[in-house]
Amino acid sequence: MASAGLEREETQTMTVREAIREALREEMARDEDVFLLGEDIATMGGVLDVTGDLYEEFGRDRVRDTPISEAGFIGAATGAAATGSRPVAELMFSDFMGVAMEQIMNQMAKMRYMFGGKTEMPVTVRTTEGGGMGAASQHSGTVHTWIAHFPGLMAVAPGTPAAAKGLLKSAIRSNDPVFFFENKMIYEQSGEVPTDAEFTIPLGEANVEREGTDVTVVATQRLVGESLSVAEELDGETSVEVIDLRSLYPLDTDTIVESLGKTGRMVVADESPLSYGVHAEVMARAVENAFYSLDAPIQRVGVPDTHMPFSPSLEGEVLPDGEDVRGAIDRIV
Amino acid sequence: MPAIDLETEDGRNEALRRMYTIRRFDETAAEHFADGEIPGFVHLYVGEEAVGVGACAALEDDDYITSTHRGHGHCIAKGLDPTVMMAELFGKREGYCNGKGGSMHIADVDAGMLGANGIVGAGPPLGTGAALTIDQKGEDRVALSFGGDGSVAQGQFFEAANLASTWDLPVVFLIENNQYGEGTPVGEQHNVDNLSDTAAAYDIPGITVDGMDVVAVNEAVAEARERARDGEGPTFIEAETYRYHGHFEGDEELYRDSAEVEYWRGRDPIDAFAERLMDRGELSEEGFEEMKDEVEATIEEAIEHAHSSTDPEPEEAYDDMFDGEVPDITAFAERLRADGGEQGGEL
Ligand SMILES: Cc1ncc(C[n+]2csc(CCOP(=O)(O)OP(=O)(O)O)c2C)c(N)n1
Ligand SMILES: [Mg+2]
Repeated sequence: MASAGLEREETQTMTVREAIREALREEMARDEDVFLLGEDIATMGGVLDVTGDLYEEFGRDRVRDTPISEAGFIGAATGAAATGSRPVAELMFSDFMGVAMEQIMNQMAKMRYMFGGKTEMPVTVRTTEGGGMGAASQHSGTVHTWIAHFPGLMAVAPGTPAAAKGLLKSAIRSNDPVFFFENKMIYEQSGEVPTDAEFTIPLGEANVEREGTDVTVVATQRLVGESLSVAEELDGETSVEVIDLRSLYPLDTDTIVESLGKTGRMVVADESPLSYGVHAEVMARAVENAFYSLDAPIQRVGVPDTHMPFSPSLEGEVLPDGEDVRGAIDRIV
Repeated sequence: MPAIDLETEDGRNEALRRMYTIRRFDETAAEHFADGEIPGFVHLYVGEEAVGVGACAALEDDDYITSTHRGHGHCIAKGLDPTVMMAELFGKREGYCNGKGGSMHIADVDAGMLGANGIVGAGPPLGTGAALTIDQKGEDRVALSFGGDGSVAQGQFFEAANLASTWDLPVVFLIENNQYGEGTPVGEQHNVDNLSDTAAAYDIPGITVDGMDVVAVNEAVAEARERARDGEGPTFIEAETYRYHGHFEGDEELYRDSAEVEYWRGRDPIDAFAERLMDRGELSEEGFEEMKDEVEATIEEAIEHAHSSTDPEPEEAYDDMFDGEVPDITAFAERLRADGGEQGGEL
């Protein structure tokens, strides 16, 4: 387990943004087949400043600014991955996923299978998600459910700097297509991150961020930090176990089942729209595998099936936060 | 009748006023964005005013436009009310979209303004769709889609242009070549000398005009509109222009130098047109000052109105998802609002 590794290894305090950039830097240094492509990732360093100065270090052939052509360059990343490259594409906002969806769902996801296993697909797609910036409906979406739902694609969505670094490195090293979802409100969040260049976190492993015995909160992205704060507030009153789900697909059923065995109660907190969201899958796994551990109805926290409105008073209403997690805990504990 | 007739003195004065209104609207929006009063992102049209005004002047009032993320200028050019626009930028209920859209999604469907757009390249298919309605219903109007130089690299653009050309739909594609897509120069995004060269791929006319010259844009759009109305299909117009501000407010602009910005500022579309009107004796120094004061008053009023407008009530977030109420959303909303309630059943 990576958490065991964490205790042994040297760490450094980093933000999520720095952790992602560090993972990219290390993997590019390690493997010359790795290159980056996306809109304004070189000269501008990415609109949310994630790729930063990497182009100065690796040159423009390995940090490529593309035209505004998501279908073209994500498709090209797919074709490049099938022919011996290891591209990492940046999709500026996940709301633009639709533009590239054909290449993602019919090519990237299916080629290995359709070709009888005759091709690898070592492509990583990094993209940003989430509300909270007043960026309105077309720049605030959380779409990771689409990818997690689609057979043949892997999806990760870290909630801490360490998870961001370890998962991105595994994503890049993987021979399968992995989507790496970055919540844009946590770029500045900092934490301890292992400095060892060989530190990775396996795809498909959740992490218990805080142990507890009364209720399990399975959270993703920004809601991991929010849930940890709630757990802190409730300390002494209700013992809350907080799990960073980290991997949406593959999904770590064991960690969820084990936790439910202790707590018997669960809240699933994820910024997807509620209907058919990540929550639903986590709940289904819990019901299938830990039904007899359950002492209360499972609660979910997410976006109530609306788009993200512009006005702060509206956005605050539909954007899930710690208070909503707290409300959900109160309903069942 | 064109919305603003540049053949007349009054029309020319009105065009100047619109351009100046856009300039002051956006400069003022920048200040209030910096103050934190305007949430989200704003992309300013300062420097590009001649394109929006020249184009919309040539349209008739019931023609349609589709806009972009850089849409304030298109709105004002199309005749939208700066007061209602500003309220939208501030996220107020009195805004065009009741605070749901903001700068990037401002729309006034009744005025034929089918929305600013957060998705690069998404406007041309919608404009083509409006033209399809016109064609189906045999109406006497046209659609015009604005797009940036960057948008011509989108598959959506290619597909819309091809469809519109194949069906001879009454739509005009007006590409605002402001030399950059975010921080990437147009030459690094396209391999053609002129973006209008790509019109050959659809077998439609492609022309490049001086986008700092409101008359040049106006004449090109007027001609394209005639073609569209006559059933001859779309035209691709590229207007060479420049944005004085960064891509969005807060952009560090590391990709260009100040000499370049100064060069384009030296070709300012408002100064140039005002000078022309003065040379023709159609505008005096005092007249221009008076016009500026009037515009200033309009913008001040817009800000005051925005300040006195109301924030939407949080529960309005659930409105407008569908034509009617959907029980799923209502149930989620009730649960969310009834913290500590008994959702999930009795224990
Ligand atoms: C499909 C899509 N990809 C990327 C973006 C991010 N983006 C917003 S504006 C912009 C640049 C657009 O350039 P251009 O079309 O030239 O318009 P300009 O901003 O110069 O007016 C980009 C890349 C987007 N909004 N939509
Ligand atoms: Mg541009």
